[in-house]
Amino acid sequence: MIDVEDLTKSFNGNLVLDNLCLHVGDGETIVVIGRSGCGKSVLLKHIVGLLRPDSGRVVVRGQDITQLSERRLDEVRRHFGVVFQGAALFDSLTVAENVAFGLIQHSRMKRNEIDQKVAYCLDLVGMNGAQDKMPAELSGGMKKRVALARAIAFDPTIILYDEPTTGLDPIMADAINELIVCLGKKLSVTSIAVTHDMKSAYKIADRIAMLHNGKIIAVGTPDEIENSPNPVVQQFIQGKAEGPIPQCADAERGKAKP
Amino acid sequence: MANLVTHIGTKATAFLLELAAVTRLLVSTVALVFTAPPKWRHISAQMFSMGVLSLPVVLVTGAFMGMVVAAQSYYLLHKMTMEVAIGPLVSLSMANELGPVITAVILAGRVGASMAAELGTMKVTEQIDALRAMATSPTRYLVVPRFISAIFMVPLLTAFGIFIGIAGGALVAIALKGVNAAYFMQYMYYYTEASDLRTGLVKSAVFGGIIVIVACHRGFAAEGGAEGVGKAATRTMVISCIVILIVDFFLDMLLLY
Ligand SMILES: Nc1ncnc2c1ncn2[C@@H]1O[C@H](COP(=O)(O)OP(=O)(O)O)[C@@H](O)[C@H]1O
Ligand SMILES: [Mg+2]
Repeated sequence: MIDVEDLTKSFNGNLVLDNLCLHVGDGETIVVIGRSGCGKSVLLKHIVGLLRPDSGRVVVRGQDITQLSERRLDEVRRHFGVVFQGAALFDSLTVAENVAFGLIQHSRMKRNEIDQKVAYCLDLVGMNGAQDKMPAELSGGMKKRVALARAIAFDPTIILYDEPTTGLDPIMADAINELIVCLGKKLSVTSIAVTHDMKSAYKIADRIAMLHNGKIIAVGTPDEIENSPNPVVQQFIQGKAEGPIPQCADAERGKAKP
Repeated sequence: MANLVTHIGTKATAFLLELAAVTRLLVSTVALVFTAPPKWRHISAQMFSMGVLSLPVVLVTGAFMGMVVAAQSYYLLHKMTMEVAIGPLVSLSMANELGPVITAVILAGRVGASMAAELGTMKVTEQIDALRAMATSPTRYLVVPRFISAIFMVPLLTAFGIFIGIAGGALVAIALKGVNAAYFMQYMYYYTEASDLRTGLVKSAVFGGIIVIVACHRGFAAEGGAEGVGKAATRTMVISCIVILIVDFFLDMLLLY
């Protein structure tokens, strides 16, 4: 379904992704874990073609999207739903207009069909009734949930979640985890979630991949990752300050500079 | 010395790259105006915020501009006992030059800077990325309605500015300085032609396009949170004012003679 091959990206000499390879199978939910600032969001943005790599390929549904023009990319993007790290709701539009955005832009659905679909999607994330609110009136967690509703409204076959549970209370986080699992199982959506919340990772993942120093250093089922012999993986999943990962990520990053 | 040369070199390259990017945005916007015209609802919303909300400031600056021109030219023309020439002087300078340029400069601040801030905020909060991820071109969705709206609203606002400027000039000349009203009007009509107003309005449509393209380009290029947004707004103001004055000169050469 999605193949990331030898993806390399640096910003102003700061090497963020270094020959990264990742395969995501059809209908699979893969969770990418890694420290803040290790390039998880950058990886996701490459997968929808929002960033162009320095080298490497991203193959989605058999097509190398790094070579496509913006217009051709838009055709591929209609299969995607993306939940951005900061929700990225359009703040000049109401909650309902945000969720309906893709439907209004790209479908010929009638007004009342759209309203129904919006209500259904908001219901899934526990936000039905907030249709007429503006994003500025919502808390961070509520914005995240509306962003999730917006991502699923257009019936995507691939959903990318950038830290879907960060900033949610534990109960809501669990509900969102349930929803992600449910979307994956029932609708056979292919999902890539990025997080540093291990509880969430164990709950939703078919496979977990760990991103460190620009590479995927370990991939496996949650059990395999939990029992991984790799000390870096162990330190991260147990959340210890002591270990091979330096506490100041920038110190490591400085060395990685070419 | 070599340092200075490299410095100038990098600056010049940056300038040319920026110019190329702005031109690209202009070309794709104009192409989209014809191939994918936006919904009227999106244009009218922009027209309202651009036009209606800017009208007061345009009227006030326009009126005082006309009054200043009248007062200033009276100072000279009175010595030459040619006070009646104030009429055409005010009407021509307002219609051709001051009306379009002053209005455009005011709007670069009032409209352009806020547009850059709005789009810049969307950029740094990933809303532009979200648009693209939902297969919607930011140029089509954000720039095109603003561009169309400006092409119509900036000339309209300029027309208001020109008329109130002429009225202000007449007020100063006739009521304050005692210039004969009948002569003032007669000379003004005699030397002012419809083509003068047309020149001014064509220029102002071009200025409107410049403001929007510069503002949107700066907004899309914003980076790094609130500071980047502020920078986008001030840079828009500065760049569009410079470009407006330069383009004004060339349009004068082209349209006036
Ligand atoms: N547009 C950009 N320009 C410059 N540097 C960037 C940009 N986007 C991300 N980075 C850098 O890439 C690194 C990874 O960022 P990111 O993917 O957001 O981390 P995270 O894993 O927390 O999501 C950071 O060091 C960040 O500074
Ligand atoms: Mg991130």
